[in-house]
Amino acid sequence: MDLPTLWFWIIAGLFIGYFVLDGFDFGVGMSLPFLGRDEADRRVLINTIGPVWDLNETWLIVAGACLFAAFPEWYATLFSGFYLALLLILLALIARGVSFEYRHQRPESQWKSWFDGMIIVGSAVPALLWGVAFANIVQGVPLDEGHNYTGTLIDLLNPYALLGGLTTLLLFFTHGVVFVSLKTTDEMRVRARNLAVRSGLITIVVAALFLIWTAVIAEFAFMYLVLATLAALALIGSWFLNRAGSEGWSFALGAATIAFAVLALFTALFPDVMPASNDPANSLTIANASSSTYTLTVMSWTALVFLPLILAYQGWTYWIFRKRVTRAHIEVAQH
Amino acid sequence: MNDWLDPLLLSRWQFGLTTIYHFLFVPITIGMSLTAAVYQTAWYRTGKVHYLQLTRFFGSLFLINFAMGVVTGIVQEFQFGMNWSTYSRFVGDVFGAPLALEGLLAFFLEATFIGLWIFGWDKLPRGMHLATIWVVSIGSILSAYFIIAANAFMQNPVGYELNEARGRAELTDIWALLTNKVALAAFPHTIFASFMVAAGLIITVAAWHLARHQNLVTMRPALKFGLWMMVGSGILTTLSGDQLGLAMVQTQPMKMAAAEALYDTATGADASFSIFTWGTPDGSSELFSIRIPYLLSFLSTHTLTGTVEGINDLQAQYTQLYGPGDYTPVIWITYWAFRWMIGLGLLHVIVAVVGLWLTRKGRMPKNKWIWRAAIWSFPLSLAAMIMGWIFTEMGRQPWIVFSLLKTQDAVSPNVTGLEVLISLIAFTVIYGILAVVEFKLIKRAAQKGPAPAPEPDAESGEIKPLTTVY
Ligand code: HDD
Ligand code: HEM
Ligand code: HEM
Repeated sequence: MDLPTLWFWIIAGLFIGYFVLDGFDFGVGMSLPFLGRDEADRRVLINTIGPVWDLNETWLIVAGACLFAAFPEWYATLFSGFYLALLLILLALIARGVSFEYRHQRPESQWKSWFDGMIIVGSAVPALLWGVAFANIVQGVPLDEGHNYTGTLIDLLNPYALLGGLTTLLLFFTHGVVFVSLKTTDEMRVRARNLAVRSGLITIVVAALFLIWTAVIAEFAFMYLVLATLAALALIGSWFLNRAGSEGWSFALGAATIAFAVLALFTALFPDVMPASNDPANSLTIANASSSTYTLTVMSWTALVFLPLILAYQGWTYWIFRKRVTRAHIEVAQH
Repeated sequence: MNDWLDPLLLSRWQFGLTTIYHFLFVPITIGMSLTAAVYQTAWYRTGKVHYLQLTRFFGSLFLINFAMGVVTGIVQEFQFGMNWSTYSRFVGDVFGAPLALEGLLAFFLEATFIGLWIFGWDKLPRGMHLATIWVVSIGSILSAYFIIAANAFMQNPVGYELNEARGRAELTDIWALLTNKVALAAFPHTIFASFMVAAGLIITVAAWHLARHQNLVTMRPALKFGLWMMVGSGILTTLSGDQLGLAMVQTQPMKMAAAEALYDTATGADASFSIFTWGTPDGSSELFSIRIPYLLSFLSTHTLTGTVEGINDLQAQYTQLYGPGDYTPVIWITYWAFRWMIGLGLLHVIVAVVGLWLTRKGRMPKNKWIWRAAIWSFPLSLAAMIMGWIFTEMGRQPWIVFSLLKTQDAVSPNVTGLEVLISLIAFTVIYGILAVVEFKLIKRAAQKGPAPAPEPDAESGEIKPLTTVY
């Protein structure tokens, strides 16, 4: 495998990390109106992700920076082309990020419900728009010879892309709710499990439609079909395991679903990184979007040395905070 | 197209505003994480409970600030692609590498260990918990290094080669990029300046409490700590600023000329440093000024007989090198930003020295004016910092990457003025609201003062670890 191709898959890996991890943060955020019946409930929910949401979100920053370094053309085309969509994502992430820290700073319930609202919207908007963005990349967008996007925001909101957005929204929602049942006890745990059973069914239907439509775009390529099938099987398995009350394995298969789905999308894309829907000659490919061999070599060594280390200390962090969060725990603690 | 819908102009406003905004939080993170680490170490080693109170107190101020640093940082990273796509295509091969290194080596470290520190009080052994805040502090300093190395490439491009076929700059030597002489000078200068800002925050908060004779047990030592930190980092900021000035004259002589509004090349005593100049608005002639002879020569070359090139000569030289055009930054901005940076900074060192004298051997001045003045420490040291960056970035104009790419050629060609206007308004509104909320929260937490000392356990005499949740 040459270096640009290697980096194509590393970028895929970084986005898998981002969607698996921030995916359940978004899900927990979106579950507030469904599971958070009173203030103690809502604090339990937020505290399931309290120590880790920042490190999860950092996967996006690293994925973005590595995209910039390894495929500057891709980064430039994507970010300038999807300008307003990314603006919405940024505003949502800003609102969500400060809310975790600011929510508990004052006792008034009006204050708290403001920030609850920002957490809910700030989680739902990126969960939806990341799907829209990735579906558009796979489907192709109009590009000129300079690889600049020539469409508008409305062009990005086509039916296929909206279906992609709905898929990620539901997938992250269910993934997050399963995480809640994995991280809580008693009544909350049961309610979360039941909610995930219901939302899981809708997720399976919508995700299946999206994977089939993508199969048409990918012209039924063999590798795509294999990965999409694995994603579908993992999703269904995750649903059954959750219903059977085995949250840990259900969550693991939920993560596998996201991983296989992202890999399937990247396979559908390969060897393009940004296909031009108007004229294939304008497409950005792994070859014409990548950095020089020297830069990619430097980046490869860095990733080789540091990614294992990063995975080790992040895994350790999750282990430290492995205990379930309870109402009693919340009530004795101070901040 | 309407002039005010010019995507270039709007993008520049947006980048400038959002970067300055991001940088309001960065120095606090850099300085306060270190402060919290120092206090926690003191508690760990001596067991004195007021050190624990101070750790938690300054830690809480730092955390309110931290969330803002993170969310505004993401905007910074996205903007290169969103608003400056031509720039990203041109330098991505070089400029992307330090950003990726920053993410992999520094941001992950910070973001992971900050969670461990906030929520790990009762989950980690004491020594390990102490180590987490040190990792956060080191991570924030590392991230500053990489971003400054990226910025230094824009000031003084090194370690690259132009690839004509692909129309871009390509990295040829990562080591040269990371040891850019501008980066080596700008990094200590920025870090020490950040410590000054944190010291300013500590002085402001401590003075507010001491003026009201409250929380004496914690706030007296905090004030001393802040004053010493201000003097120490102030001296180091000045020394490193001097080194940075030398590097700047060698790499961007136009910036030094612009800092001084020096139109004609001057030598020796004529190369004087003006402390204050009142001139015609365009600066082309002066009506009144206070000047120190030789000082500019000394700052630029470390000799008294050096020659400092003037704007007119440089403009002619650049026109020959790079073709016709205006190579002069906006003089009044660089001139005043440079002065306010140095002036406010030196003022703080003096104020801190006076403060140390007035509080020697446990004295507490009675005069309330002294306390009122001390409260300005934080806003003014932050202002000095911002002035420094405005000088650095505006003094580089018209270049976005010095000598290689002009700002006007760097903007995204397909993003419309309307889109940028929408984002500019959106950022201004949300940042404006958050600024008010953040300010009120920090003020409230600061005025509340440290939480009461926790009671030691009846049996072991140890302080029980605290549980923290959102
Ligand atoms: C508290 C803040 C503070 C203080 C007191 C000073 N500076 Fe500074 N200065 C900064 C904060 C700063 C900064 C962090 O804002 C900058 C912007 C870029 C950089 O690397 O540091 C800066 C830039 C900067 C530059 C521009 C470098 C370039 O563009 O290449 C020079 C020449 C100096 N400084 C010199 C000085 C001198 C001679 C000082 C004192 C006598 C001084 N600074 C005090
Ligand atoms: C944090 C401190 C910084 C501040 C306060 C700051 C401030 C500014 C300001 C005021 C401008 C607008 C200048 C103009 O009107 O053209 C600007 C432009 C810019 N700066 Fe910085 N800057 C900072 C650090 C950086 C760093 C570290 C980088 C690179 C990694 C950077 C990259 C840029 C770019 C790409 C532009 C846009 C082009 C331009 O208008 O010059 N800045 N910055
Ligand atoms: C325009 C260039 C800049 C970009 C692209 C940028 C990017 C970012 C990003 C993405 C984050 C969030 C990291 C996280 O989630 O933990 C961040 C935070 C941070 N940045 Fe920047 N940044 C810029 C300017 C600067 C400068 C000039 C410095 C230091 C001198 C700096 C130092 C930091 C630090 C210490 C943090 C940690 C969080 C905090 O500030 O509270 N940044 N930055």
